[in-house]
Amino acid sequence: MGRKLLLEKAHVEGIRHFDVYRREGGYKAAEKALTTMAPDAVTEEVKKSGLRGRGGAGFPAGMKWSFLAKPEGIPRYLVCNADESEPGTFKDRYLMEFIPHLLIEGLVISSFALGSNRTYIYIRGEYAWIVDILEEAIEEARANNFVGNNILGTGFNCEIYVQRGAGAYICGEETALLESLEGKRGNPRIKPPFPAVKGLWDSPTVVNNVETLAAVVPIINIGGEEYAKIGVGKSTGTKLISACGNINKPGVYEIDMTISVEEFIYSDEYCGGIANGKRLKACIPGGSSVPILPANLLLKTAKGEPRIMNYESLSDGGFATGTMMGSGGFIVLDEDQCIVKNTLTLARFYRHESCGQCSPCREGTGWMEKILKNIEYGKGKKSDIDLLWDIQRKIEGNTICPLGDAAAWPVAAAIRHFRDEFEWHVDHPVECLQRNYGLAGYAEPLAVATA
Amino acid sequence: MSEAPKLVSVVIDNITVQVPPGTSILQAARTIGGEVAPPAMCYYTKLKGSGGKCRTCLVEVSKGSNADPRPMPKLVASCRTNVMDGMEVKNITSARVTDARNGVVEFLLLNHPLDCPICDQAGECHLQDLSYEHGKEGTRYEFHRRTFDKHDLGPYIQLHMTRCILCYRCVFVADQITNKRVHGVLSRGDHSEIATYIEKSLDNDFIGNVIDVCPVGALTDRTFRFKNRVWFTKPVDAHRDCPKCSGKVTLWERGKEVLRVTARKDQWGEVEEWICNDCRFEKKHIDDWVIEGPTKINRHSVISQGHYVGVVKPKETFSAVHDGSKPKLLMNIHSVSEVNRPEIDLSAIPGPATSDVFNETPKKS
Repeated sequence: MGRKLLLEKAHVEGIRHFDVYRREGGYKAAEKALTTMAPDAVTEEVKKSGLRGRGGAGFPAGMKWSFLAKPEGIPRYLVCNADESEPGTFKDRYLMEFIPHLLIEGLVISSFALGSNRTYIYIRGEYAWIVDILEEAIEEARANNFVGNNILGTGFNCEIYVQRGAGAYICGEETALLESLEGKRGNPRIKPPFPAVKGLWDSPTVVNNVETLAAVVPIINIGGEEYAKIGVGKSTGTKLISACGNINKPGVYEIDMTISVEEFIYSDEYCGGIANGKRLKACIPGGSSVPILPANLLLKTAKGEPRIMNYESLSDGGFATGTMMGSGGFIVLDEDQCIVKNTLTLARFYRHESCGQCSPCREGTGWMEKILKNIEYGKGKKSDIDLLWDIQRKIEGNTICPLGDAAAWPVAAAIRHFRDEFEWHVDHPVECLQRNYGLAGYAEPLAVATA
Repeated sequence: MSEAPKLVSVVIDNITVQVPPGTSILQAARTIGGEVAPPAMCYYTKLKGSGGKCRTCLVEVSKGSNADPRPMPKLVASCRTNVMDGMEVKNITSARVTDARNGVVEFLLLNHPLDCPICDQAGECHLQDLSYEHGKEGTRYEFHRRTFDKHDLGPYIQLHMTRCILCYRCVFVADQITNKRVHGVLSRGDHSEIATYIEKSLDNDFIGNVIDVCPVGALTDRTFRFKNRVWFTKPVDAHRDCPKCSGKVTLWERGKEVLRVTARKDQWGEVEEWICNDCRFEKKHIDDWVIEGPTKINRHSVISQGHYVGVVKPKETFSAVHDGSKPKLLMNIHSVSEVNRPEIDLSAIPGPATSDVFNETPKKS
């Protein structure tokens, strides 16, 4: 049983409300930080904790905070990115829905550390009911002097506003989010300048994921060094994983990043194995944009070591044989799933969500979707597979924001690892409409290259 | 005594230039000129915030600066990346850049209708130039090209959304040159389009400038629509005393007729001074203008074909090589051919010419 820091109290009756949350030890960290620590000391604790951004990129949060420019007389902002729109990721929703006060407390502490007097939660439009939950929580916190003017008599003012998005995936990209928050079209900005220098209304801004900001609470409670002891190497602390797909127990799990992928999928404590007694075919371990891996590479790295659920181990082998931790949207595919169809679904999503600002992504995503559709419905050609590869290669890295990469990676990984399934679709145009390619050899152990 | 600003030195394609700090790589490369200057479809010097979108100006930075010599991992948009002292940039000397640029051109042309034969922009279209330099002859795209519902932007400006590459230049013009923007980009992704939200015309005094900044034929002059090909018209610099703008324009003449008025453009195709709608659309008479002289056009441009100083026209060489004797007429084809009917004046026939016209009994036999 791994240690839980975020979801430990998630199921206490009434934890959604201030009184119960406070009774269970809530807002202790806020008290500690605001009354006994200097803002820089809070940043220092977060740095020591080694906390990495939980939104997908895994950039060290403390480092991000220390980059924040602090010119005199210009306000600074903290923005909480709750625009959780990656297919397969729903951890923030769980966190905000069940223990909203954990996020509010994290926001107050982080705002104090960064000197933000106006803090925004940008939440995806589809989470309409969570806005009410958060606003209720903010009002409760205000009534108890944890939000508003002169918090706990320290003279620190902090207002928290909740802003709903309008249903665009691209607004989860931090600069597009800021544009949208300013009331403009959600087009990602061209960096540099980075938000730490010129963010919201041209002021220095930090944008962090919900889970990252919530994790600040246990860091202050137990201390950065203690937090860093959980986990392995640079993957410190606990991580929320939202597991879905063909598993017995889909849901949000908090792991301490020491368990293996195999244990996570098959143990009853977590996913409880593949549903209906089927076999594991493939998995997208970090939300839809990270590369898909076949079963054999998922459970063991190319070196033959068991793969662990953490940043380093999942990305072991680079994109050739590895993948990414991403945002923790763990999507499991069993032997009945068609990789081509899965890739088509993802390509359709990215085509639909491209903002249309820069040419490779605007034109390339639609092209890839059309070709994949042809292959899926038995109208593909062998050359289409190479064409797909060439298109994704020309999108990746050449766009303004990472959405281009996010659209290219799933296609690239699917072709890299499942090329024979694509070829089977092309060679068997009729059969592919009636049955699936099945598990094939994707679960067979790979020969370990001995150097 | 003010000191001259300290210059930084940048190496672009092995050529070193000295530029003031804060200059973009693209502008530094333009001081060298020629092929070293990356193509730019969306960047426009006079429009703040433009650039970075089309990705045709991608370059490789093989050395960040003297202080931090690490190369940049990704190709960068040269129009929005500023130079650092000691930076080394590869444009046409980098295979990665060439490959990426070919890709971008392919993407830009993917849904482009390629209707150059009926497009008023043909001959002065940046996308045409770009695809000549970096495009392939064929396309690998096998699907229907995208189409849009038509939007009417009023009597002056014609919008062809299918040709648009979404450079956002016209949006910046409306933001920065006019006092109110009524058009913008609607929808997102591959169905995003330039349009007014509630259908109405663009009628600001300076909105005509969107025509000049449009790199393709998406926004063209409706008063010039289908009037002529640009290479048949003759550009002439002219000015008038205009209460609203500088009045410095280029007239595009055919004979004595002024077919079109545009702002003057520099060698990068960017306007020198914005002009008002009055000058552009209303003053189409030669007497409205004070002529300054022919506009300098790049000799590689198709527009420079056929006129201007120093042009050597082909001469009749027969008499020159035959000691002054004229060619001898061997046979008048009209006297023997039954096909040729020079007496039938095609332009005098009402309606199209059909075989019936020629099958009629000749008046004289």
